[in-house]
Amino acid sequence: MDSIPILKIGSALLVTIQVDMHDQLATRLQDDLTEKIVQHRARGVLIDISALEIVDSFIGRMLANIANVSRLLDADTVVVGMRPEVAITLVELGLGLPGVKTALNAERGLALIGGVSAAGEAADDADDD
Amino acid sequence: MLCAGVMPLVVGGGILAVSDKKNLVSLFAEGESDILANWVSTLNLGEIRMTRQEAESQGRAVLDALAKAVAHGNSSDMRGGEFADVRDVLQAFSRSRALQGFSPTETATFILSLKRSLFEQVRKTTRPEDAFDLLSIVSELIDRLGMFTIETYQKTREELIARQGKEIEELSTPVVKLWEGIVALPLIGTLDSGRTQVVMQNLLETIVQTGAEIAILDITGVPMVDTLTAQHLLKTVSAARLMGADCIISGIRPQIAQTIVQLGVDLNVVSKATLADALALALRRTGRVVTKVKAPSSGASQEQPAETRG
Amino acid sequence: MPTTTDTLPITSSDDVVRVRQKVRVRATEVGLSLVDQTKLITAASELARNTLDYGKGGHADIETIIAERRGVRVVFRDRGPGIPDIQEALTDGFTSGNGLGHGLGGARRLVDDFDIESTVGAGTTVAIARWKR
Repeated sequence: MDSIPILKIGSALLVTIQVDMHDQLATRLQDDLTEKIVQHRARGVLIDISALEIVDSFIGRMLANIANVSRLLDADTVVVGMRPEVAITLVELGLGLPGVKTALNAERGLALIGGVSAAGEAADDADDD
Repeated sequence: MLCAGVMPLVVGGGILAVSDKKNLVSLFAEGESDILANWVSTLNLGEIRMTRQEAESQGRAVLDALAKAVAHGNSSDMRGGEFADVRDVLQAFSRSRALQGFSPTETATFILSLKRSLFEQVRKTTRPEDAFDLLSIVSELIDRLGMFTIETYQKTREELIARQGKEIEELSTPVVKLWEGIVALPLIGTLDSGRTQVVMQNLLETIVQTGAEIAILDITGVPMVDTLTAQHLLKTVSAARLMGADCIISGIRPQIAQTIVQLGVDLNVVSKATLADALALALRRTGRVVTKVKAPSSGASQEQPAETRG
Repeated sequence: MPTTTDTLPITSSDDVVRVRQKVRVRATEVGLSLVDQTKLITAASELARNTLDYGKGGHADIETIIAERRGVRVVFRDRGPGIPDIQEALTDGFTSGNGLGHGLGGARRLVDDFDIESTVGAGTTVAIARWKR
């Protein structure tokens, strides 16, 4: 059975989803990621979905699950590269992907892990006037 | 059951009795040029705003198609295959008139005035005992042509209006790049679900193109916010967030603020009173500081202390 | 362009993928915009999954419609247990945003036409359609 490759970049793990995922593949990915987060003591997981034309509730749940499990293992999850039409559809579906950080691309996403970017930081700051 | 030769009034048309078909076919076959000449001469060209040449060439196209349709089928059903050419000619004529802004009357009158000329032809060439039946058939046929023309005209106008509506929608939701990484979307007018789709698309595409991290949604120009509008705003904010951009809402007037609270809507988004304040916040958040620069000296000294924000 | 109807079985998650791909092909033929295509395919994906997970498998009829309006219609049929309370299944709480349950409410928001019939013990039929604007 094929599986999705997981790359290590610094203290983060990068996953690029390029195929239409069926159930077993999704389960396999979640298992592999969980294992590797622990194995490499990763601080973050970057999931690149720029190749996905469709994100339905199944994939949405998978992403949310990955984020929840990672958080328990002390790692951030950032989903990057969502296409505009996918974002519009997800919003209409009512899936806001709570607990999942997002960024425009992998570069920005990496900056978010560990809260290093300005935008990421400001989100946590109380607003000062 | 039909009486010999008399057709009940059917919207699209019906099957012709054999003798009627024969009469109809010869009416067109033998008299086409007379019919055309008569038709054009009875037109009030000024009233329908056509030139003699246009009337002649358009009229000839209609008559040719009609003659063919009548000869090849045995019905006067406008929706049938034999009438395909007739429909094409009428559609082209009607569309062109609709797009040029002629009125429905000006367009249909041209077709309907064919009746007079056909009646004249029937009178000249048909035996009295067959004339009434043939006149009925001809009259109904031309009526149907007229109705078809009007319908096509209507559809064309509706398409035109829909297209213009879309253009207006797109023009009225521009996304403005305020600074590196900061865009603003001044919303004007009501935010219904149709416009929200356009707004979201424009905004998200701009985020992709400019790599914006912060989007300021200015609702100064939105007169009223109800539950639906608030939901649409929230949708837009959520969509932008999924693309990695944070939103700031600006331009919330006191009444709107009260309405939102009363509605119990949780606008989980930072909001500022003015676009200027929102821009200042956005600049801070993206790590920028605004300072006043001393004027190159011609003796002019700084009148105020340097202003820094951040 | 001829109208088409394809019938695809839904008995595995690979079939769900095939339904998506076929709907994509038809939606492109008919000329739906990218956003509208995405919405339709996502709705079809949701309903195909329902057919598989709750309906114990079934099939989907994918029709292109070329008439006054142009569009794509997809009908999902199963002989599963049926849905006891359709109204409840349709209200999934837009603001809760966790996409639990049948996902019918979400799918409905993504399409122009949505019809559902279900009989407990007999099965469920859901029909959706999107039209070219």
